[in-house]
Amino acid sequence: MQFVRGLVLAIAVICASLPSLAHADEAGLRALLTRLATTTNFQETESVVRDLAATGEPAVERILSALADGNLYVRKSDQGVFTGKEDGQTLSLSDPLDGTAAGTAAKADIVKVKVNNALRRTIRDVMGGLTLGSADPTVRLSAASTMLKRPDKTALPALDAAIAGETDATVKAALAQARAAAVLVSDLGEAEKRAAIAVLANRGDSDALAQLTAFQAASTGALAETAARSVAQIETSMAAWQVAQNVWYGISLGSVLLLAAIGLAITFGVMGVINMAHGEMVMLGAYTTFVVQQAIRAFAPDLFDWSLAIALPAAFLVAGGVGLAIERGMIRFLYGRPLETLLATWGVSLILQQAVRTIFGPTNQEVGAPSWMAGAFQLGQLTITWSRLWIVLFCLAVFLLLVFIMKRTSWGLRMRAVTQNRRMAASMGIRTPWVDAFTFALGSGIAGIAGVALSQIDNVSPNFGQGYIIDSFMVVVFGGVGNLWGTFIGAMTLGVLNKFLEPYAGAVLGKILVLVLIILFIQKRPRGLFALKGRAVEA
Amino acid sequence: MIARRLFSSDRRIAVTIATLLAAAVIVPVLNLAVPAESAFHVPSYVVALAGKYLCYALLALALDLVWGYCGILSLGHGAFFALGGYAMGMYLMRQIGARGVYGNPDLPDFMVFLNWKELPWYWLGFDHFWFAALMVMAVPGLLAFVFGWFAFRSRVTGVYLSIITQAMTYALLLAFFRNDMGFGGNNGLTDFKDILGFSVQASETRSALFAASAVALALGVLVTWLVVGSKYGKLLMAVRDAESRTRFLGWRAENVKLFAFTLSAMMAGIAGAFYVPQVGIINPGEFDPANSIEVVIWTAVGGRGTIVGPIVGAIAVNAAKSWFTGALPELWLFALGGLFIASTLFLPRGIVGLWDRWQQMRATRAVPAEGKAAARTEPQPAE
Repeated sequence: MQFVRGLVLAIAVICASLPSLAHADEAGLRALLTRLATTTNFQETESVVRDLAATGEPAVERILSALADGNLYVRKSDQGVFTGKEDGQTLSLSDPLDGTAAGTAAKADIVKVKVNNALRRTIRDVMGGLTLGSADPTVRLSAASTMLKRPDKTALPALDAAIAGETDATVKAALAQARAAAVLVSDLGEAEKRAAIAVLANRGDSDALAQLTAFQAASTGALAETAARSVAQIETSMAAWQVAQNVWYGISLGSVLLLAAIGLAITFGVMGVINMAHGEMVMLGAYTTFVVQQAIRAFAPDLFDWSLAIALPAAFLVAGGVGLAIERGMIRFLYGRPLETLLATWGVSLILQQAVRTIFGPTNQEVGAPSWMAGAFQLGQLTITWSRLWIVLFCLAVFLLLVFIMKRTSWGLRMRAVTQNRRMAASMGIRTPWVDAFTFALGSGIAGIAGVALSQIDNVSPNFGQGYIIDSFMVVVFGGVGNLWGTFIGAMTLGVLNKFLEPYAGAVLGKILVLVLIILFIQKRPRGLFALKGRAVEA
Repeated sequence: MIARRLFSSDRRIAVTIATLLAAAVIVPVLNLAVPAESAFHVPSYVVALAGKYLCYALLALALDLVWGYCGILSLGHGAFFALGGYAMGMYLMRQIGARGVYGNPDLPDFMVFLNWKELPWYWLGFDHFWFAALMVMAVPGLLAFVFGWFAFRSRVTGVYLSIITQAMTYALLLAFFRNDMGFGGNNGLTDFKDILGFSVQASETRSALFAASAVALALGVLVTWLVVGSKYGKLLMAVRDAESRTRFLGWRAENVKLFAFTLSAMMAGIAGAFYVPQVGIINPGEFDPANSIEVVIWTAVGGRGTIVGPIVGAIAVNAAKSWFTGALPELWLFALGGLFIASTLFLPRGIVGLWDRWQQMRATRAVPAEGKAAARTEPQPAE
């Protein structure tokens, strides 16, 4: 009986693509609908649902989804079945088959066709088979993956038919995998099942793994062994993907750290002072983004996709300007006293935080994402969000730009000279106060543009910078101040290390472990990974 | 002998100690014996607040020992304070006994809540006051010893040391936030009932705690004064002013620093232990790096490298904080930030330094001829 019904379904699926034939069955569908009006319990409704599905008509899809959503009604006066849409006290009715309007009815005059969860599940299962015939390849693909997750041996003929008629290669492969899952739960012979195992092993994701594990548990002998081998193979490949995912997350975290820390590393390297207000420069950048976006929303909504590009120079100027003011107004009076500088800049950070809190309020501000940063794409078994990818690329661009400035411009040359030996550089005619001011402004400006990027992945609040500051310090002391590559390697190492520790130790304990490791590392290399060598360092 | 040295050589220290001891007697008397309607009555909340300030002052003094006298800017002294506080808090938790919400005689409430079956090993012994009192000094001291032993031996100095002390307190903050650490997680330890059999809420106990804090601070002042006045103290300042030169002269700079750092951590722990019963709670927030930096500013405002300075600074800044957060909460962070900048730019020697200069100017005006010779010369780093 089931086989016959499956066969009918299969034929119907093929027929579904031929609209001229579909009309022939309209009378049959109407008859089934009338049965729906007279059902008294869920079992009866279920049998009608199965019969409806067995017709394979595309129109059935609309009826069933209306039924599952509780939008199918029976008119008391003539037992007619309609889809209804609530409209205050009345319902606007329409024909469930062709969707033509059929007037309105008061709520008292109609009865809803009742559904329960078991029935909804049945509907969902049979719908999977129905949508195999859909004209939209994405619908067919999702139908195939639904059928893979809930394999049903009765669907085999329908699947075979769908595979035969499929033109899209991706969908075809997905259908073959769904078929393989169905074969595993069917009574087919060993050769068929062996082939099915191979197909699923090729898919190699967690869905395939679930099906194979279930099959392995249920079967015995050679087949079970084959399945076990495939399970092991899938598990290995999934572990490899897991490592790849950790590396990706680590790189992503590392580039966030690098963005936050690189400005700090430059100022620390050249001037030997720690800027405790660095996190607040990042915050200023994020708030600049917010202000730019508000302005764009108000005056030129079309430009919204460009908002980040406009915010970048603005944030650089705002944060760089504030940095310049701090250097000229305060830090230059404190040279030679790095610890006092640290305290004074902490004072600045408190003032900036409170100023932003007073102006914008203590709550999180909404910073929108342009359309090109939304969404994600799939790479093998990795899901990569565009925003993360852009941040990694942006971080690399900023890093390379800084390397270029340091290595290829005369400003960079002077900065490196002052880093290596301040007094000698001064003797050679470099105006070290100017270099200091420029460096501090540059470092702050870089923090500002880091804020633009980080506003996309974090809550923009007055405490925004505080979340990054300790991690940035860790990157700087770990990487050393000798050159930018130290910061780069420091940030990436810490990022990847954090993400690899997380699955074993949990996020918080992982972070504690990283901090402890850095504290221990500093004992071995008190000046970080890439320390400057020479006498000047001892000063 | 100490008393004779005190009164002969350093009048300021003697006055401070005498003031503290007098306060330890007078404030409780004014609180308990003077009727509430009298103008001389000190309300109980003032006693608790003043007791809190004295604990802060002891913490600032501890920091001053390493920063002012040895040049080690620790941004993690709040961690030692909090560890001492936790040790005391654990004793107070054990004293609750079966009076907790769940009425479990063996386990503190939060462990019952987490479904723990028995007391973790590191809670053993905290039923006894003497053990807790020992741990108040031993735990911060041990941490400081191990941390300092590693750090000073590999010559981690200056900004690097500041940053890793900050990392230390940050790591502890994260650790104590975890529920599985067994220290009450986010909520910390609170709902204390008794200390040594007396209710922590009673005003007699509060007065006694105030008096004890004042005596502890007086002892701290005495110990610091003895240390910095000794031959070792000279070495301490030598390391501050010219570490390499001291090393080249044959002294082990790392040992000099290690002793000061450990002693200072123990003092901070004691301050924390007196703090907890007076405020009635200890939670991971005390490990916040921002708190530790605030301690630095108390010391800086009062005048580092002096003994009275940190006490003056801690009390002044915290009194200002209490007033601001009540009257102008919006402006407090502006004021605190401004204080950081102003004290580093304009007051490198703090309030005490300002006072000294004023005294000198008066003296100079009185005897103009001697003015120039008496002008104090600042010690300059030799390197």
